[in-house]
Amino acid sequence: MTAETGIGASVKRKEDARFITGTGRYTDDVSAPGQSYAVFARSPHARAKLGGIDTSAAAASDGVVAVFTGADLQADGIGDLPCGWMVKSKDGSDMVQPPHPPLAIERVNYVGEPYAVVVAETLEAAKNGAEAVQADFEELPAVVDLKNAAAADSIHDAAPNNQCYDWELGDGAATDAAFERAHHVTRLHIVNNRLIPNAIEPRAALGEYDAAAGSYTLHTTSQNPHLERLVLAAFVNVAPEAKLRVISPDVGGGFGSKIFVYAEETAVIWAAGKLRRPVKWRAERSESFLADAHGRDHVTDAELALAEDGEFLGLRVRTKANMGAYLSTFASSVPTYLYGTLLAGQYKTPAIHVQVQALFTNTAPVDAYRGAGRPEATYVVERLVETAAREIGMDPSDLRRRNFIQPDDFPYETPVALTYDTGDYEASLDKALAHADYAGFAARKAASEASGNKRGIGFSCYIEACGLAPSQVAISLGAGVGLFEVGEVRVDVTGSVTVTTGSHSHGQSHETTFAQIISEKLGVQFENVTVLHGDTGRSDYALGTYGSRSLAVGGSAIVKATEKIVAKGKKIAAHILEAKEDQVDFADGVFQVVDSNQSLTFGEVAFAAYVPANYPLEELEPGLSEKAFYDPPNFTYPAGAHICEVEVDPQTGVVRIEKFVAVDDFGHIVNPMIVEGQVHGGLAQGIGQALLEHGVYDETGQLLSGSYMDYTMPRADDLPSFLVDTTTTPCTHNPLGVKGCGEAGAIGSTAAVMNAVTNALGVTELPMPATPETVWRALREA
Amino acid sequence: MYAFSYHKPATAQEAADLMASADEGAYLAGGMTLVPTLKQRLAAPSDVIDLTGIHGLRGIRTLDGKVKVGATTRHAEVAANEHIPVLADLAGRIGDPHVRNCGTLGGSVANSDPAADYPAAVVALDATVHTNKRAIAGDEFFKGLFETALEDGEIVTAVDFRAPSAAAYAKFPNPASRYAVVGVLVARYGDQVRVGVTGAGPCAFRAANIEAALAADFRPGAVDDVGIDYGDFNADLHASAEYRGHLVRVLAKRAVAQIGSADSG
Repeated sequence: MTAETGIGASVKRKEDARFITGTGRYTDDVSAPGQSYAVFARSPHARAKLGGIDTSAAAASDGVVAVFTGADLQADGIGDLPCGWMVKSKDGSDMVQPPHPPLAIERVNYVGEPYAVVVAETLEAAKNGAEAVQADFEELPAVVDLKNAAAADSIHDAAPNNQCYDWELGDGAATDAAFERAHHVTRLHIVNNRLIPNAIEPRAALGEYDAAAGSYTLHTTSQNPHLERLVLAAFVNVAPEAKLRVISPDVGGGFGSKIFVYAEETAVIWAAGKLRRPVKWRAERSESFLADAHGRDHVTDAELALAEDGEFLGLRVRTKANMGAYLSTFASSVPTYLYGTLLAGQYKTPAIHVQVQALFTNTAPVDAYRGAGRPEATYVVERLVETAAREIGMDPSDLRRRNFIQPDDFPYETPVALTYDTGDYEASLDKALAHADYAGFAARKAASEASGNKRGIGFSCYIEACGLAPSQVAISLGAGVGLFEVGEVRVDVTGSVTVTTGSHSHGQSHETTFAQIISEKLGVQFENVTVLHGDTGRSDYALGTYGSRSLAVGGSAIVKATEKIVAKGKKIAAHILEAKEDQVDFADGVFQVVDSNQSLTFGEVAFAAYVPANYPLEELEPGLSEKAFYDPPNFTYPAGAHICEVEVDPQTGVVRIEKFVAVDDFGHIVNPMIVEGQVHGGLAQGIGQALLEHGVYDETGQLLSGSYMDYTMPRADDLPSFLVDTTTTPCTHNPLGVKGCGEAGAIGSTAAVMNAVTNALGVTELPMPATPETVWRALREA
Repeated sequence: MYAFSYHKPATAQEAADLMASADEGAYLAGGMTLVPTLKQRLAAPSDVIDLTGIHGLRGIRTLDGKVKVGATTRHAEVAANEHIPVLADLAGRIGDPHVRNCGTLGGSVANSDPAADYPAAVVALDATVHTNKRAIAGDEFFKGLFETALEDGEIVTAVDFRAPSAAAYAKFPNPASRYAVVGVLVARYGDQVRVGVTGAGPCAFRAANIEAALAADFRPGAVDDVGIDYGDFNADLHASAEYRGHLVRVLAKRAVAQIGSADSG
């Protein structure tokens, strides 16, 4: 019964019927009687003193219910938006966390920063009101260029030289020593371009206040509703935690950008209480460009020291990371514990030292975006390794093999604080080389050259730390929260099952994947399993979805809960069947007394638990509902090999991806079709970073790439038909043996593309994105 | 969007009268430029006058080697029409299917967006732009960035294109918007060559020096030594003026090569 719907089956997604028929229920689809509409007045300047705000004309505008400024929130005790991860500088000092009021008070520090909110009877009236807000701005010179931010005016009084922190990891002395005895050193200057996330559903919020109960309900587009509630309750002081329910219904993509607690939903839920009527806000696309947290944006100098035979001796990395104008919710962790810790890659580099200076600029806050730190780390390592191979005249695949951590090296402790549990990196590389027909590349290159084009091939052997995270490890490194997950399995009277998870699906397919786990573990029909998520009123406190954690952590919690269900079911079955508990087996949905024909179905046991006629009530509570929390003992380490082959038109500089092979090791896979879809999406984003996407501000801090007219999202015709395959080394420390697949595509692919393009052009460095003009200029100068 | 009065007149005269009496009127055809501008509150017309109800403005007719395309004819309709293959090819590469089923020839031409495709055809295919008042030579129509020879309130009713003996349109699309970063339409009329360029400059223009070189020697290589003065070309995130100048030459050569291979095939 469960073979077609259990673990390993490519079951079609339960979610898709409603999504493709337009019957999904997103935040903006939810409305409340008497609802009003919020529109924010946003700074047109990148940096200015904010003098008086005259709200009188706005307040008098037709249909306007109220106008609020940052002073109103502050007067009501609303606190700043906090950053949830404390990073310490190498001198031991705490990072600088400048005040971040939800609505700007004395200064505005990026274009699009909200400084007032207008609530009105209609959206039109709210827009008119927002245009009528008069603010007295005194413009100041904007700090935009990351490279020179430390030498510019300080944006925040608390942050001299615009420095947030100056962090390090690894052994500096050992790394210096490695470079001293190096036979060859490869050096690269790397700019990791700023990206703008662009989830298909813009952020939205509907705030409601129930005066009778004194409680608030916030519908919002969050990847982690419990964290949203915790922050709004404990730090921002909107309401006591128990008086605030956060519901995150269908959410159309997040990619990290919906992890964070933003100004808009804060103002909306507060205003709903103040006005005692529902308040709705939904971002327009131009607001999303300006005010969603952006991603990446590093400038790095990196050096790899090699012995004569190609052995890696040491790696030295110096990075400036752009925080934007304020610290977003997890911004500080991205270029440190999600970046520096991944610089060992798949290699036995014995000495690594990384320094990261995080800097404030007058740009939108930068935080986690699909991969979050790990794409940046992979890009540094894999660009360096490929360049080193070219410089010392070794095949890039051979140089990697020379330095891979080998299967019998696990568990492997890296010099940058992680312990990899398992992996077989050569297996993935071998499979990728075969799929890529690497042996035939020279002939294909010759054919391209004969037709006047250039051809290149590039590799990327990435690793990521996923399944975030062992709570005590994370907390010891500065996290303000634990990172466990909760799962509840509620068996209904008739034997159907309702599962609640604290993780959240905004494209990941929890309703399908988690139902497959129940189908496998309890033998329940897939159709009879309902998965609920995204509601603090329904599940216990847990941490949501990011860092490829839903299955590895959330799925493991559900497995633990099913184990409790089976254990209790055995007791019930043993009682009814008059057998000893240890003589009852459970398999394929049947409780069976060993060596007998005595058995009960899962449904019969469930019924007995709720209609306890023949039931050991003195020893056992009635009912069949169990909950489990799961705190992972380690990260998971998905890894793989990506190979990209490109053809370049030297006349125009256009790069065409001819072939893209991704061989990934995600451990065990619950639904191969869904995993393949996750890989495809990640590859599109990683390739988008390499060739198309670029968040660009001009020198005054105006966002130039603020619409789809200028921000190039990858489209189907920009991409090849991907060749996706897997290898398997099961994760050693979670019950499903799974590692997570959501970010791999975006982590591994970017370096493979740029290695291929630089190979085709015969250049060492090339800025991203490799647009046609960039490539054309590189060829002209080569 | 700000509130405005909406009108859908049945005749061009009625439309012009409405425009004359409006505080600040705007004509609406396919709405591909106007509607996004309204939605972003970047325009605040008092009256929007929809031209798609005017009889006789939509459709394609042939007459004496010319093809007359009505001003409210949709791009998709031109793309499906076989009378001038290069015009169909150009129209079929504008935007995406949504745009091609809404956008109109007249709207595109009257707007003189420097990155629009149709203007290249207007100058290269020896067109005549008909309005409710007069006929304007295609060569004289585009005056600058979003500027045309149209007077206030004047309505484009149709454009006549002269069918070439051979032609090709080479386009380098903007990777984000799919507008033309540069588009070059090369058309042969017997021994004569006309070359229309869009995307590169403030408005579409004929490249006289490329025309001269190709009239003397109609092969891609003939364009190699033609100087392209990119001094007043557009520059943006996607392409500098210099790169646009380079693309004009590359695309002209590709259009010539395409014609050549079609001739020999």
